[in-house]
Amino acid sequence: MSFEFVANVAIGGLLTGLVYALMALGLSVIFGVIRVVNFAHGEMAVLAMFAAFLLHQATGLDPVYAIPAVAAGLFVVGYLMQRHLVAPFVTRPEHEQFILLLAVAVLTTNGLLIVFGPEARGVILDYSFDSYAIGPLIIDKTKAIAAVTAFLAAMGLLLFFRYTRTGKAIRACADNLTGAQVVGMNVQRLYALTFGLGLACVGVAGCLLILIVEATPVLGPELTLLAFIIVIVGGLGSLAGALFGGVLIGMSEALAGIVVSPSMKSMVSFALLIVVLAVRPEGLLGKRRA
Amino acid sequence: MTAALLSVTNLAKSFRGLHAVQDVSLDVAEGSITALIGPNGAGKTTIFNMIAGVFAPSAGDITMAGSSIRGYRPDQVCKAGIGRTFQIVRPFPALTVLDNVVIGALAHDNSVARARARARDVLKLLGLDGLRGQIASSLTLPDRKRLEVARALATGPKLLLLDEVMAGLRPGETDEMVGVFQTLNRESGLTILLIEHVMRAVMALSQTIHVLNHGRLIASGAPADVVRDPQVLEVYLGEEEAV
Amino acid sequence: MIATILDDLPLRERIALAVLLAFLVALPSVASDYWLSVVLIILYFAYVGQAWNLMMGIAGQLSLGHALYVGLGAYTAAALYVHFQLPPAIGLFVSMLIAAGAATVIGLLAFRFGIGGVYFALLTIAFAEFTRLAFSHFEWVGAMAGFFLPVENRAESDLINLRGSPVMFYYVILTLGVAAAVLVRLLAASRLGYYWLAIREDQEAAQASGVNTFAYKMIAVTISAAMTALGGVFLAFYYNNLFPSDIFGIHRSIEIILAPIIGGLGTFFGPVFGAFVLGLLGEGLTSAVEQTGIQTAGVKQLVYALVLLVIIKFVPGGLWPRVARSMGLGRRRDEP
Repeated sequence: MSFEFVANVAIGGLLTGLVYALMALGLSVIFGVIRVVNFAHGEMAVLAMFAAFLLHQATGLDPVYAIPAVAAGLFVVGYLMQRHLVAPFVTRPEHEQFILLLAVAVLTTNGLLIVFGPEARGVILDYSFDSYAIGPLIIDKTKAIAAVTAFLAAMGLLLFFRYTRTGKAIRACADNLTGAQVVGMNVQRLYALTFGLGLACVGVAGCLLILIVEATPVLGPELTLLAFIIVIVGGLGSLAGALFGGVLIGMSEALAGIVVSPSMKSMVSFALLIVVLAVRPEGLLGKRRA
Repeated sequence: MTAALLSVTNLAKSFRGLHAVQDVSLDVAEGSITALIGPNGAGKTTIFNMIAGVFAPSAGDITMAGSSIRGYRPDQVCKAGIGRTFQIVRPFPALTVLDNVVIGALAHDNSVARARARARDVLKLLGLDGLRGQIASSLTLPDRKRLEVARALATGPKLLLLDEVMAGLRPGETDEMVGVFQTLNRESGLTILLIEHVMRAVMALSQTIHVLNHGRLIASGAPADVVRDPQVLEVYLGEEEAV
Repeated sequence: MIATILDDLPLRERIALAVLLAFLVALPSVASDYWLSVVLIILYFAYVGQAWNLMMGIAGQLSLGHALYVGLGAYTAAALYVHFQLPPAIGLFVSMLIAAGAATVIGLLAFRFGIGGVYFALLTIAFAEFTRLAFSHFEWVGAMAGFFLPVENRAESDLINLRGSPVMFYYVILTLGVAAAVLVRLLAASRLGYYWLAIREDQEAAQASGVNTFAYKMIAVTISAAMTALGGVFLAFYYNNLFPSDIFGIHRSIEIILAPIIGGLGTFFGPVFGAFVLGLLGEGLTSAVEQTGIQTAGVKQLVYALVLLVIIKFVPGGLWPRVARSMGLGRRRDEP
């Protein structure tokens, strides 16, 4: 196993990890603000993947250019979900909330299964097999584009939260709900916006994922778990944490794939999750909860 | 001098640099009713929580009937003979009044049948037996407070920790509670340590008062002396608890 | 002992239970093979649902990875039988031990390291997935290709080796179900049961009342796992084949929780009722969909998910409490 080979695998993992990180970011936003655990997160990503696939099939549209439409669509889904389905559950016992979203997840997965069947669907573009050569490294063009786009989207989200009024309002809700309510913020609307934003991230991530991975309805749970692992390892409520976690998981899974067998690579992530939960539950970059 | 049932020596607790409690030493004599008073944030509940085993002290020791209970888990503290109530009442909401107290009684006795009998006795003592089939969450506040006391009593404690048990009660209800504790103390020799803001109750009940401010003990003694202590007056700045 | 079990049950309920039991016992003599297998699976889900209920309803921890214990139990007993000719009547004890061991680890992580709520749920999923992957590469038990038990002797009933006719398996699962119900009732009336209630209601208040919450939660978790493992042993010897992706799969874990939630979390009869509702609904769906030619599996799961959604939104306490009340079978904790 040469150094170049390992490095290429690692880079590939890093780039894929950035896309996963964007997906996980959506989860972090939703959980960090609304305190809702979106068990249907991965399934939403698969939904986005199929949406991009459909658009490509129908119009030949490059999934990257499908992003605005898919992200907007998922934003609406998220907004409506929070407003009408999830909102009443915020005060209910935690396990009821989990089960609600679990039901949504199974609904989505099986809906996709009925419509698309279990076969894997991929998107082949004219640059799907191109790669960039940087020195000894060979980087897949699809992964590079996906990673850069994901990173830009993440930065966009950061700017939104840091500099826009709505973004700051949302952060206020997350920081101090009572205070936000007292100053008259429409928390329900902000929550719905947040969920919409979170799923919009997933929408973008889905469009990018379809460039790298094939879509199957049963991919949902795997992606949900991955998103959670990234968020927990990287740290809940931390944007840098989600990015860091995504890259870490992406790289370790890729490397594990060549050290042990590819089908066992997820075991590394699971083991990491278990260790982090036991030793440092706030994540590697997260803030300690009081 | 009656032997100290509970002894707290050089007790201290810091939360990340905030010294909530510093170098507090006090004894609670067996069979006495002792009050811990002080402004909000003085560290009273922190001391309670250390005694009750909710968290361990940063320094100092706690002994109960001669043996150290420092670092004990709350259930171990209960087995060591200390019962407690909570500042915000916490009965088991979906369970009946009787079942609530049975759970306490089971700390004392393995047999469910004997625990039930004991629970009934305690309920009768506190005048709650008529409500025994009711769901705890449907009770009025004073009744829920009495239920919590009953549950703590059923564990068979030698020392009862009462955390602001009078809060939210009307004067008549306060007097009733005071009567209950006085009877318990007089007839079964139950030692009581209470945190209280309602001065009416403090003066009526306690034989000894300890005053805390900013985590330190600033005065201890008989009620009449403590309320005249200049330091105590300064701390309270002439604030009369409107009762 | 019968007295203790039936203790605070009013007469109406005793009669209802007796009727149900009589019906189930008599079923093999009147039902077709197909319907027998349907009810058999219903009883299986009622059983594991009851076992899962222990962890959720009592320890208050949502386990979304219960398939772990089914799989561990199944593979252990099957492997011991195939490789060492150890009869499952003995092998089941090993199964339960191993499952209890796994539960102990998970319990320690949950309760000692304070991992609760969503983190606990995720932990259970991660453990089940981890084990699924591990078994997919475990050559000794067939890895991904599957593990197969020799099928022989279908006519005679060999309980020790769990070899026999479907009717034998039916009575085995019925006995398991009844035994589980009895166990749960006995425990509920005991000190353990009271402490479990206290923990479910308010852990801190329970601790202040002398309950070692850690110990009792661990007990709930290990009993739940051991019971579930027993269900796994049953499955292994009934189906005679095991695949990691199937038996450890997350869809199986979700299947397990459907009946107790739809029937009624924490209630005694909820999982049983839920299992019957879902099982019969599934049968109705299958026959309806088969005629239209749509993907049957997907539709069944979709409808189940829809039912779950509706229930959790509008009837979170489950269907059984309402049905019971309307049948005049209310359950209240009576005064002595």
